[in-house]
Formats: sequence, structure tokens, C-alpha cells
Amino acid sequence: MTTEVPGEPQQALALEMRGITKRYPGVVANDHIDLVVRPGEIHALLGENGAGKTTLMNILYGLARPDEGEILLDGLPVRISGPSDAIARGISMVHQHFMLVPVLSVADNILLGEETMANPVFIDQAEARKRIRELGRRFHFEIDPDVKVGSLSVGWQQRVEILKALYRQARILVLDEPTAVLTPQETEEIFAVLRRLAAEGHSIVFISHKLYEVLEIADRITVIRRGRVVGSRIPAETDEDDLAELMVGREVQLIVDRGDSHPTDVALKIEGLKVADDRGSEVVRGVDLEVRAGEILGIAGVAGNGQDELVEALIGLRKPSAGRVTLDGKDVTGKGPRHMNEAGVAFVPADRHRFGLVLAFNVADNLVLTSYYRSPYARRGILRNQTAIEAAAKKTTAAFDIRTPSVHSRASRLSGGNQQKVVVGREFDRKLSLLILDQPTRGLDVGSIEFIHRRTIAQRDAGAAILLVSAELDEVLELSDRIAVMFRGAVVAVVDGRTADKNEVGLLMATGGRDRTVPPPMEAQAS
Amino acid sequence: MTAPAAPVPRARSLLRRLWALTAQPLIAIVLALLVGAVIILASELVIPGQPFDPLLPARAYIALLQGAIGLPPAVNPIVGTLVATAPLLLGGLSVGFGFKAGLFNIGAQGQFLMGAIGAVAAGILVSSQPSSIAIPFAIAGGMLAGAIWGFIPGILKALSGAHEVVTTIMLNYVAISLFAAIVAGPLAVPGAPSPITPDVGNAAYPILIGRGGHLGLLIALGAVGVMGWLLYRTTFGFEVRTAGANPDAARYAGMRPRVLIVATMAICGALAGLAGTGDVLGTQHHVTSSYGTTVGFDSIAVALLGGSNPVGILFASLLFGAMRSGASLMQISAGIPAQLVDVLQATILLFLIATPVLRRLFRLRGAKSGIDAPGTFTKTYVSGEPTPS
Repeated sequence: MTTEVPGEPQQALALEMRGITKRYPGVVANDHIDLVVRPGEIHALLGENGAGKTTLMNILYGLARPDEGEILLDGLPVRISGPSDAIARGISMVHQHFMLVPVLSVADNILLGEETMANPVFIDQAEARKRIRELGRRFHFEIDPDVKVGSLSVGWQQRVEILKALYRQARILVLDEPTAVLTPQETEEIFAVLRRLAAEGHSIVFISHKLYEVLEIADRITVIRRGRVVGSRIPAETDEDDLAELMVGREVQLIVDRGDSHPTDVALKIEGLKVADDRGSEVVRGVDLEVRAGEILGIAGVAGNGQDELVEALIGLRKPSAGRVTLDGKDVTGKGPRHMNEAGVAFVPADRHRFGLVLAFNVADNLVLTSYYRSPYARRGILRNQTAIEAAAKKTTAAFDIRTPSVHSRASRLSGGNQQKVVVGREFDRKLSLLILDQPTRGLDVGSIEFIHRRTIAQRDAGAAILLVSAELDEVLELSDRIAVMFRGAVVAVVDGRTADKNEVGLLMATGGRDRTVPPPMEAQAS
Repeated sequence: MTAPAAPVPRARSLLRRLWALTAQPLIAIVLALLVGAVIILASELVIPGQPFDPLLPARAYIALLQGAIGLPPAVNPIVGTLVATAPLLLGGLSVGFGFKAGLFNIGAQGQFLMGAIGAVAAGILVSSQPSSIAIPFAIAGGMLAGAIWGFIPGILKALSGAHEVVTTIMLNYVAISLFAAIVAGPLAVPGAPSPITPDVGNAAYPILIGRGGHLGLLIALGAVGVMGWLLYRTTFGFEVRTAGANPDAARYAGMRPRVLIVATMAICGALAGLAGTGDVLGTQHHVTSSYGTTVGFDSIAVALLGGSNPVGILFASLLFGAMRSGASLMQISAGIPAQLVDVLQATILLFLIATPVLRRLFRLRGAKSGIDAPGTFTKTYVSGEPTPS
């Protein structure tokens, strides 16, 4: 990649990273990466999980030191010693997980660490508020500085993060997968904010692995694969297939052909289910649903509308306060995880680090996490059969393409996609009557998504009833035979998965259909 | 960032793993010895009327080593070290097993005392039976008493979520008083000038080697194997380790955290009780009401230094046992109070806990700390479980 673009007048570069190389024991995370960002440019950094995007940005933010290469800001070489140094030089980062204090006000959060002092003792609150208001006005997202951050929606919390960066006079803004937690509408809004920022001359580095988003927002796209820059594109000259192939290194089928489904008997029947969250407030408020064997029922909804509690109740991790759950005609209400597992229920949890894996254990042990006590993994239920565990692990890692140095490697050392494949490999690897998938591809790259989607379809065709919960509306639309929309703990609509309109479902997710006539929650039979 | 790792030569990777495991404790030990040296030098300055000897720390440490293993190494000092090691080893295994399950068993001290009194009580009952009957019976008595003292905090936590740190600390005090009451009451030799129990007679461990090298040494060593087997070769051990490493995943996998808590605490208690048993049957053969020991507390340090791993705990207890055993010679020949050993022990622990600081200081990226996860002390998995409403 050259730093000059022929035919364009030479322009001072906001940021230039030259030949950045970072080695970790046994791994080259960044291999001579060049990255050039112009003022006012939205530059997308695209790559699979573990491709080296985060390492590169950590180097820019001073969190890691490159082994080779240099960083230039406005054409001048700099050494960035740490995050505070990066901020002082006008580089700010908006992390995927917001660094906000929910009980503090917007103003307090923005001031944190950057207090404008009226005198040596007191913070100049008035001046700070004035500046926050001004910034909001300039970028068209005015916000009340006194409102508590905890009461804001995720989309607005993200704007507070951006305001925080602007308040610190950031000129280069790095956003790490900013849309992972947003609804389609919120994504559109944040894109508008980013475009205005760019128009004012800010440079934005946008990390993502969502192809359509990158094509929509970016001025220029740099694709990284296995620590190397494998290509640079401008959106007008490329498309999703081209980018996916660059990213993964082979041709990728972005939308898996779901084929025809052949639903048979009702496998899972949920009647009037009510579930409370950890604080005791009822977040699932009387859900009725049916899933037939051989069909995929998708649950669409903005994260936090009771989906997690619903599936946790179904799997036995949470006791429902009311209602009935029937599996293949048997009442399983309130049964524990072991019972459900033995009844042929598999569960891919939303939070693989919390529930799905023991990160400190190796891959082989994680693969038997739910079957460790059964033959052949245990003799007489007491003694572990190491040979059988390892043999099975080798088989599963091969069958599910889990890329790990060996089955003895710790799960924590695997990339997110491969960690998820460990969970999927463990849960999919038998005949199931019910498969519950909670955000099965969150944070994964296109290659892994394709793989998991294929396997899901295969389970459907093998006769499993599948309940798919995803905040990723596209995923629900691509896989589901029927879609139930959850809003504030209730199912507000059930629509046909093959004919559903994205905008309509998105609106239902965001509003619960209150502004419109709600279609009666009836069963739309799959074709 | 995991592009497939380049194959590292096997020997090198083995060395690296060994270093990752041992770097932190080794550095903590070396730093503690340095701090000890500074303290010795400083104490010279405050004691008037003595010539300043810059080599005193070295002389003290050499005397410590001589006391521990002899210079040149000899059987009796080494046996002395082993005798001091055995209870620390069993206590360390007890605390370490709790750590593996995510439980902080501070109650090893109380469980040790109950084990001691249980072994004495059982031993007196069978003191005139043949040893082949008397010894196993006394051991069973000691382990059972310890197990009960571990079971209580276990069941309290399982039923009500009462934190084991709080309950075991309280039970330590109960154990001290109960111990004194039993020694002065039901077990007291009538007419003795001060409370003392009768001798355990045939229930005493036979001496196998050197001066005082009793059967308890073999039992403690065997316990290392048993605990390693239990943790890594059985499904129960897998459940314990899963519950300790990720309680949420343990629930997800259908394990029963409450049962695990109770079973783990009872096993912890039995091990600490076995430590007390060994001390009584191997060395004392009876107990008095002034039976003082800190083995239960030292065990916590041993378990931390050993990284909760049975083999690690073996080495950690050997170190602490050697220091205990060598301390008196150090006091005699170098004039350094035996309490320096307590200081060293505490300093090692402080350096271990200061893990993040050490890591930065010595740039240990991959090295594992002695404390498996900082969460060990705060994580409780019962509280995460929804209570049936």
C-alpha cells in the first residue's frame, strides 16, 4: 500500500501507521501493517476475529508497544506511551463495552478524569455543562448533561462515549464494533452522527466485521487477515462477496440457503411463562410459544427485553414464577439443567465466557463440560476416562473445524470464533429434540457465522426443534421459519420468517408495535 | 490474537510452562529473604553495644539451612524438617482443595484442633488394642471430627449463603474453646495438676526413620497423590474444579453447586483434621489445654504459595517446614530470634498477593499467580443461584 493516491492532490495525513509488527509468543499478531487515515475520513478496519484489528488499535492507543514500525500523526513520527498520552494527542477510543458509570450523570461521566477546575478545589460544573451542550448542538445530538447515564438507552450511552471523546478534543476517533449492541434504527442514527463528525474534519477508524455496515459508512476499507493487510477498497468498487472473500481468504456464502423445512409435532410448548430477573422484577411477562420439531423459531428483540431470562428458564438455570413448559408432551417446568440435558435439550448460551466455557480449562475438558459424567467419558460415573475424552475432542475439533494448537490448549487462548465453535461442537454433537441458541454468532466473523448457520440448518433437518434468540435481526430473518418479536417481556407478534419485512420487524422490536395496529399473536404456519 | 502458534520445541515449551508456574513463588521467596536480611541488619543498628556485622544475615540463613537439613545434610535434621512439614502439607492440601472449588477455608485451624481432639479421644478408647486396629480407628476419629468442623460451614453456605470466610473464622474460636473444655473435662486425667489427656498408647504412629520420623510422613505424602487423583482423575474433581473456575458454567453443565460446597468443605475439614491427627498420634501422643499451634493458619500461606496444586503445596510445605525446623538453630548460633521465620513467611505471602506489582516489576506476562484468580475470595456461587420463590 502506498501512502499517496495517484490523481489526488497530496494531503496531510491525519494518521499513518507504517510497518507495524507485533509478535506474541508463537503468534505474529500484526505483520508489517500499513494504515493510512486522512482527515475527515471514515476508515473501516475489517477482519475476522483474531485477525489483528484489536492489537493494531491497542498499539495506536498506547496499550501495546509495537516490535517494529512507526506511527505518524499529521506527518510527524510519535511515540505513544499510553492511553493518556494517546488522548492528549487527540486519539480517543470508544470501546465495545462502554466505560461509563451508570449512577453518574452525563456531565459527570464526561468530566471523569478530565475535570475542568474552577479553582484548585471545585470543578467548574457550569462551564463543563455549557461545553457539553455546545458539542451536542454542533453534532445534532443534544443531550441533557444532568440525566443519569444508567437511564439512557444503549444508543444514547454510546453517544455519551462519543461526546466524551469530543470533549477531550479527539481528532481521531476509534470505534470498536460500535453497532454490536444497537438496533438497526439506532445504527442509522449513530451513522448520521459519525458522518457529521467526519464532515467536521474528524477522522474515524471504524472496526467491524459486518460487511454491509462497512460498505454503508466507510470512505475506505482496509481488510486484515491473519495479521496482514490483504487489501484496501473503496465501497463503490467492491461488494459484500468481495470483502468476505478477502477477509476469510476463500469464497463465503453470506446467506446460507435454508432450504425447505418440514415441521412435524410440537416439541416445545410454553404457556403463560413468567420469569423474574436477578433483582426479582418480572422480565418475562406471560409468554406463549410453540416450537415444532424440524422448524426454527426465531425470537427477535432488542437485547434486554426478557429473551435471556426466557431461555435461562427453559434450560433450567432460572425458576419460572408462573406458567408451564412442556417438552415432547412431558411437563418440564422448573426442571434443572441436568434434567433438560438428558431430555435432549442443548443450549448455546449468549455469554460463552460466563456459561458456555471454563476458560481456564483446556479444549478437551470444555468439550465434555455437559457430558463428563457419561460413558465413555467416565467409567462407572466416577473415574474420568482421559483417553476417551481426548479421542472425542480430536474428533469434534476436526468435525467442527475448531482451530486450536491442540486439544490441550486452554480455551482462553482461542479466538472468539473458535471458542464459540467449542460450545457449538459440544452442544450440536448428538441427536437433539430441542436446540436453544442464544446469540449464537454474536461477535463472530462471516466465516464462523456461515459455519454455525449451516450446522443449525442441519440440526433442523435432522428433526430438532430450534429456538433462536438473536439481537441480530438479519440472522433471525435468514434462518427462521417463524419469527416471534419480544418487547418488554412479552411476545408482541409472530410473523412468517420467509416473508417478514425487515423494517416492520425492526419497528416492532423498537416500539412493541404500540404506534401501529398490533397483529394478533397468532401462529403463522411455516410454508 | 491467535493465529496458529508456531510449533515450539518441546523441551523449551516445557521449560517455559515450568517457569510460568514457578516464577512468581520463587521471586516472592527471594524477595522475602532479602527483606529478612534488611530487617536483620536494621535490628543490629537498634541493639546497642554490639559491633555491626554486615554478614549477619548470611550467617543467619546458613544457620537456618543447617538447622533444616544439616551441613553436610544429615538424617536427623532432615527428618525434623519432614516432621514439621507433614501437618503443613495436609493443612495446605485442605486449604488448596477449597481454593480449587472457589471456597476460602480459613477454618483449617479449627478443623486441625478438632482433628487433634478427635484422634486423642478415639485413640484413648483403643489405646490397649493392637496397633493395626488402634491406629486406623484413631485416624478415623480425627478425620471425622475435622470433617464435621468443615461440614458445618459447608451446609450453612449451601442452605443460607452464609459466607464460609465468616463462618469458619467464628468456628475457629468455637473450636479453641471446645478443645479446652474437652481436655479439661471428659478427657482429663483425674487428679493431674493441670488439664491433660491420657496417652493414646498403641494408637501412636510407629517411628519409621531417624529421630521422630513417624508414619504420618508417609500418610501426608500419600495424601498428595490421593488429592491429585481426586482433583484430576475423577468426575467429582472435575466438578469441583469447574465450580471453582466458573460457577456459572458449573450450573449450566448441570452440576449441583450446593452438594459440591458441602462435600468440598467436609473433605477440607477431614484433611485438616488428619493434620491434627498426625501431630497428636505422631509427636505428642496426648494433648494439654495449652496445646498451641498455628498450623491451620500457616496452611493458608502454604496453599497460596503452592498455587493450590497438590505438588506445588508439597514444595511449599517443605519450605515452610524447613524454616520452622531450622529456626531454633538459627536462634542459638546466630542469635536471631526464631520469630524471623514468621516474618519471612508473612513477607512471602505479601509478595505473592502483590502479584500485579510484581508482574509489572519483573515483566512476567504469562506467569500465573499463586492465587488462581482474584475472584477466589469474593466469588460465591450460591448467591448467583435464584432462590425458589
